[in-house]
Amino acid sequence: MKFLKIHQELVTGEIAEQMCKICPFGAISEKDGKLEIGMACRMCRVCVKNGSPGVITLEEEAQETVQKSLWKGIAVFAEQEAGVIHPVVYELLGKALELAAKSHQSVYVLLIGHRLADAVQELLHYGADKVFCYDSEELAEFRITPYVNAVEDFVKQIRPSVMMIGATVKGRSLAPRAAARFCTGLTADCTVLQIKENTDLVQIRPAFGGNIMAQIITPNSRPQFCTVRYKVFAAPERKEQGAGEAVYLRMKEEQYASSVRIVEKIEKPKEMDIADAEVIVAVGRGVKSQNDLRIIEELAEMLHAQIACTRPLIEAGWFDARKQIGLSGRTVKPKLILTIGISGSVQFVAGMKGADCVIAINEDPNAAIFDVAHYGFVGNLYELLPRFFEEMRGGRRDG
Amino acid sequence: MKILVCIKQVPGTTAVEVDEKTGVLKRDGVESKMNPFDLYAIEQALCLRETYGGSVEVITMGPEQAKMVLQEAVYMGADRGILISDRRFAGADVVATSYTLSQGIQKSGTYDLILCGKQTTDGDTAQVGPETAEFLKIEHVSNVLQVVEVKKDGIIVLENQEMQVRKLCLPLPCLLTIEKDANTPRLPSLKRKMEKTEQKVEVIGLDDFSDQDPKHYGLAGSPTQVERIFPPEKNTDRQVFEGSSTELAERFTQILKQKKYI
Repeated sequence: MKFLKIHQELVTGEIAEQMCKICPFGAISEKDGKLEIGMACRMCRVCVKNGSPGVITLEEEAQETVQKSLWKGIAVFAEQEAGVIHPVVYELLGKALELAAKSHQSVYVLLIGHRLADAVQELLHYGADKVFCYDSEELAEFRITPYVNAVEDFVKQIRPSVMMIGATVKGRSLAPRAAARFCTGLTADCTVLQIKENTDLVQIRPAFGGNIMAQIITPNSRPQFCTVRYKVFAAPERKEQGAGEAVYLRMKEEQYASSVRIVEKIEKPKEMDIADAEVIVAVGRGVKSQNDLRIIEELAEMLHAQIACTRPLIEAGWFDARKQIGLSGRTVKPKLILTIGISGSVQFVAGMKGADCVIAINEDPNAAIFDVAHYGFVGNLYELLPRFFEEMRGGRRDG
Repeated sequence: MKILVCIKQVPGTTAVEVDEKTGVLKRDGVESKMNPFDLYAIEQALCLRETYGGSVEVITMGPEQAKMVLQEAVYMGADRGILISDRRFAGADVVATSYTLSQGIQKSGTYDLILCGKQTTDGDTAQVGPETAEFLKIEHVSNVLQVVEVKKDGIIVLENQEMQVRKLCLPLPCLLTIEKDANTPRLPSLKRKMEKTEQKVEVIGLDDFSDQDPKHYGLAGSPTQVERIFPPEKNTDRQVFEGSSTELAERFTQILKQKKYI
């Protein structure tokens, strides 16, 4: 256990003032010539590194250490709904295989639900050594208590070193409860994962709205829980031949009970607010006629994208006003926006410049949109898109 | 109905930068504000009090200046604020924070319902709510769009999942995290500001808890450790492709595949 020690004998008025200033969190204060570290301290250790030498030092107190060799394996929680595996699971598996190869560990999958025989078989095509399954009627619907109980039972029996969970709505409920049950570390929304020889997981995640990256480890607790969002890692190719072993587990009868009752399930309409969309296909005046929107729709369907547009197309009556991006329309912040036949007026760009990735197709090489786009394609959409569809039909792959 | 809302003071802006050489956070001033997500939880709590009666209390963990957000909640209409503050809580990660909160909550009273914002703007983890529920050994539901009804045998809520909304009935006491934009939070009332509501904020620390082992709190009680912080890589690369439509279509396909959209 590490802590900060203040060497008061070295503190002078000048040093005290300097130390108070150096703390980025304003956690150091001076009282009667003595320094104090308050609750705002985030243990960033800037005072140790950049402060007056020796005034504040990092000390370590011996503590009980976890025996890491007893915790082996990288486990992936396989979220499913009615037996359909959430695609983030395959992505987690891809990363798990990579981490396992580096640290000489096995890859496990934990599946919880009801009537999962097909899901188990499917998962065995993705390279895991073992798929563990709790299959029971009480687990058919996601209810937090029995699901956490199953994770607990699995962890106690299998003792994995790492537990990876998708940062979905369910994952964000399950991961923290399970981590708290073991009083172990949980790092949310990791964007980079690496592993050390000693099986310590190096977790990198954005903080402060992505303005800062933090590298986090869980040096003395197991398992190491982390969540990862959908579409961060790459899914491995599905293997023709399934391999690995399916293991069905049962927990104690009382562990299956839940006091939560599902009254009703309401499917969400597909039509959603473009401001919430992760992928947007935006169209502008480069699209010549309303009939041509069919190819745009085809593209949007392929990318699971929402369609949005510029102001002129609203004025032309092609779209509902809620679909407009720009100063007088909606502001969007999707992961990907594809702009098609949009020149990129200041007003339009103001509504979409927060997008993580901008891909633009436009005929005019001088269009302002190319200053904003990460990937610009100077070309005619009526030629490029049909070619793209051909390409997709030719070399189609699942997913 | 006794309701408790967990809130947090966060930096006024997320526009912070890291000095690449020193690893120091550069902030524009030290302005802070109430975590915007918490406003929806407070509003939900106040609406429930209007319908079912009872009280709304707010709790936060942080340094002395975190009293400000409790005060703001009191101006919005909360009956009482509790600040959990102790220098031994410094450096707490998600687990230690949740454990501290659960101890503070148990010390402060017995509640029928505990509400949290969906997440904070500084950590963005959305994990403290569920972990706190685990330590309190009560049920929880995350991403609640609306509390539909409170009945004798439980509370009915709408849970916002990706593809569906589930209407759930769960027993009290329980913990809910309230979805962003679930309602329109009211503004702090000027009238309440004018009244002397200062005394409505109370401070508790480790010595008030049932578990007083300092090893369970702050940095010592935190299983995770931040090894370093650094600025994100900025993607300033801009690529513009020209060529035949076949070439462009190939490149287009390649990029979309690389980004895992097809």
